[in-house]
Amino acid sequence: MSFPWAKQYEPKHPLMRYLDEKLPMPRLVYNAIGSGYPVPRNLNYMWNFGVLAGFCLMLQIVTGVVLAMHYAANSQVAFATTEHIMRDVNWGWMLRYMHANGASAFFVVVYLHIFRGFFYSSYKAPREMVWLLGVVIFLLMMATAFMGYVLPWGQMSFWGAKVITGLFGAIPVVGEPIQIWLLGGYAPDNAALNRFFSLHFLLPFVIAAVVILHIWALHIPGSSNPTGVEVKSESDTIPFHPYYTAKDGFGLGVFLILYFAMVFFLPNYLGHPDNYIEANPISTPAHIVPEWYFWPFYAILRAFTADIFFGLIPAKLMGVLAMFSAILCWFFLPWLDKGPVRSGHYRPLFRKFFWFGLIPTMLVLFYCGGAPAEEPYVMLSQLATAYYFLHFLVILPIISSIEKPEPLPYSITEAVLGKDEAAQLGDSADTAK
Amino acid sequence: MIRIFGILAGLFFSLSVLWAFISGAIAVAPVLGEYGQFTEPMADKVFHEKHPPALHLQSDGPFGTWDLAQLQRGFQVYKEVCAACHSLKFVAFRDLEELGYDKGQVKTIAAGFQVPGVDPNTGEATTRPGMPTDYFPSPYPNEIAAKAANNNAVPPDLSLMAKARHGGPAYIHAILTGYGPEPEALKQQFPDFKVPSTGHYNKYFPSLAIAMPPPLTAEGQVSYAEGQPKPTIEQMSTDVSAFLEWTAEPKKVKRTQTGWPVLGFLLFATILAYLAKKQVWAALKPKKKHTA
Repeated sequence: MSFPWAKQYEPKHPLMRYLDEKLPMPRLVYNAIGSGYPVPRNLNYMWNFGVLAGFCLMLQIVTGVVLAMHYAANSQVAFATTEHIMRDVNWGWMLRYMHANGASAFFVVVYLHIFRGFFYSSYKAPREMVWLLGVVIFLLMMATAFMGYVLPWGQMSFWGAKVITGLFGAIPVVGEPIQIWLLGGYAPDNAALNRFFSLHFLLPFVIAAVVILHIWALHIPGSSNPTGVEVKSESDTIPFHPYYTAKDGFGLGVFLILYFAMVFFLPNYLGHPDNYIEANPISTPAHIVPEWYFWPFYAILRAFTADIFFGLIPAKLMGVLAMFSAILCWFFLPWLDKGPVRSGHYRPLFRKFFWFGLIPTMLVLFYCGGAPAEEPYVMLSQLATAYYFLHFLVILPIISSIEKPEPLPYSITEAVLGKDEAAQLGDSADTAK
Repeated sequence: MIRIFGILAGLFFSLSVLWAFISGAIAVAPVLGEYGQFTEPMADKVFHEKHPPALHLQSDGPFGTWDLAQLQRGFQVYKEVCAACHSLKFVAFRDLEELGYDKGQVKTIAAGFQVPGVDPNTGEATTRPGMPTDYFPSPYPNEIAAKAANNNAVPPDLSLMAKARHGGPAYIHAILTGYGPEPEALKQQFPDFKVPSTGHYNKYFPSLAIAMPPPLTAEGQVSYAEGQPKPTIEQMSTDVSAFLEWTAEPKKVKRTQTGWPVLGFLLFATILAYLAKKQVWAALKPKKKHTA
């Protein structure tokens, strides 16, 4: 689907005409990310992060496949083969640092991408499916990243795996058998390491498949935009190529500078020193912390310190339920946040709760998740967790029914060029199309 | 309907966590005066120096290079002192060429170590002189032997020590120089605190009592070659910390030196990308009205 004014693919070269007849792959690309995809003309730089996330996925797959050629998923040698990669494999240190920091970079851009979705309510109709698939990708990413962190078989790998798989033990009655079945033993060992490696190799390709669905679903209604006003006429859009390919190219350059600065100058900054100690099942680290991208959810897990209903739901189970619900509730956002206006720019009440409620809450949860389980961090994360659930499940539904939005521009063109110009485009734009 | 369920679920989670907050607050209430401390602080929490003093090495920072003379001195300290108890299992003798030794010197160094081998005639386990392709051997045949020789504490492998502790080489240097008698203030404040008979007081070690006896005890314990700095305890500690920084990441300097051209190219490419973007988007700007 596309807007009626979308440019049509017209292969000129006979070879391309032949290919278009037999396998219209170039046509697909042309309509997906080429001149055949009309995009609102007013996207700001927050709209760069989708492309960057796709880039990160490819980067992780390429570096990961090469690393897998030199790594051995066996608990006896996994730590040593990781060091073999760092010391003896040609440019192995660079591949490994690119992969480890690539995971962090992937989460940075995806968190910004989600942040964009929250502020501009990109999840609202008609883009619910895009949002749902996006949350699925995020969940798959978390699973993949968790299993990848186990592979070097350092202390944090081992104890992180033990804590996270231990969560399944919180399920009443069947919890423990499920945990043993998942791990292939009573504690993480060779069986667990092997299956984690297998799944860590598989899941990125599953992610890639869901990304294709995510983009497919996006192309049905077309991209959203900062005003939240839908496309009304041809003057509201510009072709993806060359306008957004050029803009994304610049964004990619800035991203790569920051990313490679980390890879070459601070490659271990986001890691934990304990993971350079080989896994030791009989020595527990003083503080077990997951990677930074799990901190907000780890804080929610640890916030539940008291049994509920006089012990009917133990604290641990409650924490596990809350941690998963913290992300699962995003699935319902399109129906919880009902108002017709999308962009936070025109939603005064939503904006207040967003900037002074949700964002500080996320920062507090992030900080507390990385801190040891001591006061005042536990109490802070309890208050922040309470607000987190209130925000998504109570405040958003209420706001969307009582809020009086500010007046919207008539169209995207008007928002860009102003009313007085009578939505007039420059002459050169016509020739550019 | 979804919204009603959502609100109920939201209230359920929020009230549950607030319940945990209140029960926690009640537990804390009696000691609210000292907020954040449920129990009396432990001696090691008060007297443990969390942050080792800064150690400046030539390999630090984005422009760092290896100080080969220092690395050779550090290797000498490792070989003559640390190697008695600590292995260095991820480092091969051939790697020492990076410290400025030539092939012959590496061969001699390797031959000075006995590595596990097999007798070619009887097939029995034995030892043989090391070769450049061998890795540094462990001073103990196995972990049980290591425990038995060290009051049940296994001396950790040192290959990655500079990456496996907060502070890295600064921490190693601090531990080596942080021994001393228990401070009077500690004895007064915590009369119950006692360093076990197999331990040694060290203010940079998390429990304040480290199993390792002070390894560097006297100036000149290792005799450096002519023209090298005086082997004071401070100097030897710094040198061996620098050496362990190298063993933890022999590719460190190559890494930072690769970084600059990569960043330079990316900066150039990004400027071009910005100019290209500006030019492409210029076509969209409405033409300015001619004003009289």
